[in-house]
Amino acid sequence: MIIDDKMIDYIGELARLKLKQEEKENAKNEINKIIDYMDVLNTIDTSNIEAMSHAFPVKNVFRKDDVMPSKDRDDILLNAPNKKDGAFKVPKTFE
Amino acid sequence: MDLNKLTALEAGKMIKNKEISVVDITKAALENIDKTDKNYNCFVTVCHDEAIKKAENIQKGIDDGTFTSPLAGVPMAVKDNMCTKGILTTAGSKILTGFKPFYNSTAVERLENAGAVLLGKLNMDEFAMGSTTETSYYGPTLNPWGENRVPGGSSGGSAVAVATDQTYYSLGSDTGGSIRQPCSFCGITGIKPTYGTVSRYGLLAYASSLDQIGPMGKNVEDVAEVLSIISGHDPKDSTSFNNEPLKFNLENNVKGKRIGIPLDYFGEGLDSDVKNSVLEAAKKFESMGAVVEEFNMSELEYAIPTYYIIACAEASSNLSRYDGVKYGYCTPNFDDLTDLYYKSRSEGFGMEVKRRIMIGAFVLSSGYYDAYYKKALQVKAVIKRAFDNAFEKYDAILSPTAPTTALKMGENLSDPLKMYLGDIYTVSVNLAGIPSMVVPCGFDKQGLPIGLQITGKAFSESTLMNMAYSFQQETDYHLKKPVLKTSKEA
Amino acid sequence: MEFLTTMGLEVHCELSTKTKIFCSCSTEFGGEPNTHVCEVCTGMPGSLPMLNEQVVEYAIRTGLATNCTITQYNKFDRKNYFYPDLPKAYQVSQLYMPICQNGHIDIEVNGVKKAIRIKEIHMEEDAGKLIHDPWDDCSLVDYNRCGVPLLEIVSEPDFESGDEVIAYLTKLKSILQYIDVSDCKMEQGSLRADVNLSVRPVGQTELGTRTEMKNINSFKAIARAIEGERKRQIEVITDGKKVVQETRRWDDNKGSSFAMRSKENAQDYRYFPEPDLVPIEISDEWIEKVKNGLPELPTAKKERYIAEYGLPEYDVDIITGSKYLVKIFEKATEICGEPKEVSNWIMGEVLRMASETSTEFEDIKFNPDSLGKLIVILKNKVINRNTAKEVFEKVFTDDIDPEKYIKENGLEMVTDNGAVEAIVKAVIEANPKAVAEFKGGSAKVKGFIIGQCMKQLKGKADPGTVNKIVAEELEKL
Repeated sequence: MIIDDKMIDYIGELARLKLKQEEKENAKNEINKIIDYMDVLNTIDTSNIEAMSHAFPVKNVFRKDDVMPSKDRDDILLNAPNKKDGAFKVPKTFE
Repeated sequence: MDLNKLTALEAGKMIKNKEISVVDITKAALENIDKTDKNYNCFVTVCHDEAIKKAENIQKGIDDGTFTSPLAGVPMAVKDNMCTKGILTTAGSKILTGFKPFYNSTAVERLENAGAVLLGKLNMDEFAMGSTTETSYYGPTLNPWGENRVPGGSSGGSAVAVATDQTYYSLGSDTGGSIRQPCSFCGITGIKPTYGTVSRYGLLAYASSLDQIGPMGKNVEDVAEVLSIISGHDPKDSTSFNNEPLKFNLENNVKGKRIGIPLDYFGEGLDSDVKNSVLEAAKKFESMGAVVEEFNMSELEYAIPTYYIIACAEASSNLSRYDGVKYGYCTPNFDDLTDLYYKSRSEGFGMEVKRRIMIGAFVLSSGYYDAYYKKALQVKAVIKRAFDNAFEKYDAILSPTAPTTALKMGENLSDPLKMYLGDIYTVSVNLAGIPSMVVPCGFDKQGLPIGLQITGKAFSESTLMNMAYSFQQETDYHLKKPVLKTSKEA
Repeated sequence: MEFLTTMGLEVHCELSTKTKIFCSCSTEFGGEPNTHVCEVCTGMPGSLPMLNEQVVEYAIRTGLATNCTITQYNKFDRKNYFYPDLPKAYQVSQLYMPICQNGHIDIEVNGVKKAIRIKEIHMEEDAGKLIHDPWDDCSLVDYNRCGVPLLEIVSEPDFESGDEVIAYLTKLKSILQYIDVSDCKMEQGSLRADVNLSVRPVGQTELGTRTEMKNINSFKAIARAIEGERKRQIEVITDGKKVVQETRRWDDNKGSSFAMRSKENAQDYRYFPEPDLVPIEISDEWIEKVKNGLPELPTAKKERYIAEYGLPEYDVDIITGSKYLVKIFEKATEICGEPKEVSNWIMGEVLRMASETSTEFEDIKFNPDSLGKLIVILKNKVINRNTAKEVFEKVFTDDIDPEKYIKENGLEMVTDNGAVEAIVKAVIEANPKAVAEFKGGSAKVKGFIIGQCMKQLKGKADPGTVNKIVAEELEKL
């Protein structure tokens, strides 16, 4: 059981998700089952294999440094649940 | 004549020949949706007014020669994880409540530039996480082939809308089988193209390194035509290949094609009806002149864990932006910023999405990265190499799409691991980035459709299309239609 | 107990590209909130990044100018954390394969030379800005700075004093300005530094627990923050307590640092390769091309000025320390051919004026040619040195053309010796008392007479000539 109570709370904190107690128990069991299943990968020797993040060797895709008009501020803020003075509004936050 | 039963190219031809106007065909399609969809729940949004307006414009464009595509004027619908300018885009999630993007996804934009009429947005598993279209905030979509059957997923709405003739074709997205498995469950044709063939710009990301948009339709000709419109390099997507749009010259000829049957795909857990239909299909190809050979591909057993580690990791990061601040759902009551984040996300995401986000956070977390995420990227390389080796010998690999036909509703929801195991035949294709196509190849004893998966090496879409086309010339599985319930009967 | 201090620096520098790192929005500073943004830099669903080639070019330039090895195959990674100024909830950065590695910058403090090693330089995107709204007791988020390209320049823990830190930052800033990758305007936040600091008793080899102070944005504040934090840690240790590894914020107004909330300290960034971007492969040819395009760097320039012009090392240090002073020096020297004289003018008048008018070197506006011309005019004795200084003030403040200004204001010296003689005679005649004192042997009276003559001449005479004629006339008495 790699996912204990502490771990499920920790990954919940990382992901900004708070589960109800019953959900948490459930999630713990399911995730443990899934993680156990994932451990089948330990049976394959990959010591000489390079990690591959892209399946194809595409590289050097660039854009030229030319300015294009920005988008309308009303569009940017269109879907914002809370906004004020042309900005997104959030509860008081200190930097 | 029932207009809605036409294929996309047939409809396009009628429009071109002025046998029907774009407005009339659009109206007919909308009426049909209003009548039919109550029973199937394919659409999250139906664009009644926008579609008619669009149809009027496109008719003008066809008349003045602006739109020349054989699909100009043909109504279609797209999965609700593709951004549509000014139209609700939800990815089947509560967290995107009210979200109307001010930009189009490139795939949708290209279809509209070719004169397509958007009928609406199609239901899906929340953020494409699921294989049943039951995890949508907007309720499950139903399979027309059987009582209480799931349509597969995550592009279940896209599959059922085609299978029930509510749209001439649709777009789906495929991260681990989300186009192919619903095609198989619903008896339609579809393709997951080579990664990078269709721009991902405007596709709400689930797992960026695996996601790929593809067409779903009534036959190979339609699917090929749509893919030729949406493929090709997009300067907004760094991972899109610097290739011209695909062009297909379909011909009924598989003579000399070398086909591999991976024995490991036919072992334990595979439904016998599915197995028999797929092997029958292989025989069919043999009778048509192809060379069929069995081979071993034992790396299959690693595909699911590898896929879920990578997909969940990327998802945990991709879905972090949904926090109640910039768009979508925001919890009504909160104490401070942290509380706003926790509540908006916990209330806005469904359980399956939360589970995958948490798995993703775990496999990337300090101390576990090497054991899980890095390991998965290494095994991904192993799987890719296994396919490379296979394609040195074969032009295509034939396999089942899923171990079973459409499951009963609710059957997998309670057991996520069991659901994940159902992706066994599809996920490795996404890991290797290669193209894979599904065509109907039979029905099980209960009359549920079975899909044949044809997989090829990178950029071999033409080969796959030709094989699938040849198969459909010699078979009629794709012509079979389910008996529909209409709202009157309901 | 005596303590040693060890510091490392992470410097963030905003690049002066025209557009952001992953989209075509302008990087221009200022602007109404959320007006330099699009779906990409605000991380709207479905948007994807597209890398600005100029950012890579600038990173290579910086790496070469700081003696780094260029990582010829490098990639971007995602750094995941939640904060309202980060709209995707991850920052695209480089952890596993940064673009530059293993460089160094040479500094000199009190005549002691030292190389500060650079661990790595990586490319990343800047975050937005939070503005506190006191009326509504909320914060407002402006994404204009989101996606402005940054280089993070990470040093090894090689610093032992605040002076070394300042020397390094001064040198780094001048290099970045020389190679035109950043304007380094600290007041606009385009150069900011995080300081990692630990102390340990003399004799202990193992480093003490370090704290990090973030985003300090002036050299003076950095010096104060270092001194403040050093003292605080020593106090903690001498009190028998332990220094806690944490991020602290330096409050320059209060002159003290405070620990940031522990939540913000829980750092598990879950870095992984950014799947939306492809790797960058930098060929030998590309590196060679950038190398050939680099201007002469401060150290090489300094050596050349000393060898070629024989200028004092101290002066050369100051001048080559700023590309803006270098520009004045080189342009003015080109005009007048008098490097020593130009150097003296810069060290004297230019620095004085800059200090009196509180002008940063980069904000000096005058045409450097004017200084060259002024030196020529002075050499030709059209005006005297005092007048020249007055004219230069005008050059500095109003960027006037010295030639025209001198003519328009009639500042040329009286070159007619007869006229000078007549004035000298008149002054001697008008001051019989002084003349009597002179005859009585008081030599300082000569100075008084010269002063009176210069007054009559309104300063527009060659002091040497006046001196000579006064001496002659007094002799005659």
